[in-house]
Amino acid sequence: MAANEAVAGTAHAPVVHGALAQFKDPADLMHAAEKMRDAGFKKWDTHSPFPIHGMDGAMGEKRSKLPWVVAFFAFVGFAGALTLQWWTSAEAYPLVLSGKPLFSHVAFFPITFAFAVLFSVLSTVIGLTFFIKQAYHHPVFFSDNFDRASDDGFFISVEAKDPQFDAQKTQDFLRSIGGTNIELLEEK
Amino acid sequence: MKFDSTTYTFTDKGNAGKIGLIVGMIGLAVSLVGLFVDAGQFYFSWLVAFAFWISIGLGGLFMTMVHHLTSAVWSVAVRRIGEAVMNALPWMTLLAIPLLFGLDKLFIWTDTDHVAADAILSMKVGYLNVPFFIVRTVIYFAVWALLAFLLKRNSLAQDKEWTEERARKFVVISGPGMIAFALTATFFCFDWIMSLQPLWYSTIYGLWFFAGGITTVMAFYAIVVLRLRSNNVLSETITVEHQHDIGKLLFAFLVFWGYMHLSQYLLIWYANLPEETAFYKDRWGAGWTTMSWILMIGGFVMPFILLMGRSAKRSDASLMTFAVWMFVVHWVDLYWNIMPVFHTETVVLSWMDLTTLVGMGGIFVWLFWMKFTNHPAVPITDPKLDASIKMVN
Repeated sequence: MAANEAVAGTAHAPVVHGALAQFKDPADLMHAAEKMRDAGFKKWDTHSPFPIHGMDGAMGEKRSKLPWVVAFFAFVGFAGALTLQWWTSAEAYPLVLSGKPLFSHVAFFPITFAFAVLFSVLSTVIGLTFFIKQAYHHPVFFSDNFDRASDDGFFISVEAKDPQFDAQKTQDFLRSIGGTNIELLEEK
Repeated sequence: MKFDSTTYTFTDKGNAGKIGLIVGMIGLAVSLVGLFVDAGQFYFSWLVAFAFWISIGLGGLFMTMVHHLTSAVWSVAVRRIGEAVMNALPWMTLLAIPLLFGLDKLFIWTDTDHVAADAILSMKVGYLNVPFFIVRTVIYFAVWALLAFLLKRNSLAQDKEWTEERARKFVVISGPGMIAFALTATFFCFDWIMSLQPLWYSTIYGLWFFAGGITTVMAFYAIVVLRLRSNNVLSETITVEHQHDIGKLLFAFLVFWGYMHLSQYLLIWYANLPEETAFYKDRWGAGWTTMSWILMIGGFVMPFILLMGRSAKRSDASLMTFAVWMFVVHWVDLYWNIMPVFHTETVVLSWMDLTTLVGMGGIFVWLFWMKFTNHPAVPITDPKLDASIKMVN
């Protein structure tokens, strides 16, 4: 892992992976997020015990590309199911069943629909996993205080990878927008 | 029109109601001339238009009751739109009166000789006879009028003072009201539309009728909201977020409507029973095939794909286009279901189709606008109002 290599390279000083600040309530977090966005931070995130309406706007997040991926695979499932049924029923094994045509698109429709749904669901799960791949490990887990993000804590984290990141200035900035319990995320 | 946004009342109601009344009166008067030109065409055109506007009124009643039963927050700001549609419904039912004089032109089961000669029809006489038919119709209309009256009375009482009992009373009315609604709407459709072909039956038919009405009432919500906003009325109260939600419900009920159509067709197609397939055979002949395709592609496939996205519902121009298009689709749907009984060979559009539809539409708009502007345009005392205004998707 990149983090371990970095530790090996600098044997003494702990590696700073980012900064973390706690906020009082959802409204505070939202206003702080707006200031973070306006200050031009790129690699940062907000953490709260529950989803907060309007946070994506406050953070300046772009709309996800996921729906387009899902729409594409839904169409693939739709076309694939229709092709499969056409090939099996009308080409490979043409059997007349209850006097219906070989290519009975009406009878095929429920299966076609179900395939489109199946492909949508699978592509949503796989696509989501792909889009959030950077979140498997996150420096916020170096903080002990961060456990409260699943209880009553509202946090903003800034990663060291952010081009603007500076250990001291970023902490000062987090304090200036109302953050408390400010700490550096250091590997122990 | 002028609007006082502190008390949510209209100080000047504008011309919408007057224009509606004039268009309505002219439309209906011209339509009545048709009675002497071609009585059969007149009654069928009148029935299509009547079913069209009644289904929208029923949609308003349904949306109001669903709002109370689900304790919805987002729809508080648009609740009065549904209530005004619901309050127009009892008056719209009066437009059934001309139809009562043409039952013999509309319904083959009123012909006693024909019924006596048909073994199956003569067994249906206990249900399909004129006196019982009229009694049932009066019951449906009375149930709708009663529900609309009770909900309206409580809503206006709540405007004076919000109390826990009044909030509770909405739910107490809406619970049994929903069951009564489901039964009356279904049987209204069975009686007035399905019995046009008395040998044919489809148990899902009531749901088809209901689904089309809800889709169209959501389109009506969208048109009202967009028109109000372009006149700068309630533009801070009913936001683009409400517009988005209306668009979502429009889309959802459009899919539900398509699903009802498919469910009916799929089962009849599979079973292949002659008395059921006759319905589709009538609508897949030389003259009706095109309209069937328009209904499938234009009514479902095209709006399904185009209205799915987020921006299609949030853009004023786009939502308005779809809302108007849904009105067209709903009319095509009813026409396609009713008119092949009269014009069995092919589609024959008549000027009476237009005058009855526009005439009743004018009356509907007049009633709606009168009901909507007479009281505050939102339930001012509702504690959820503030949350509804600030709602985000």
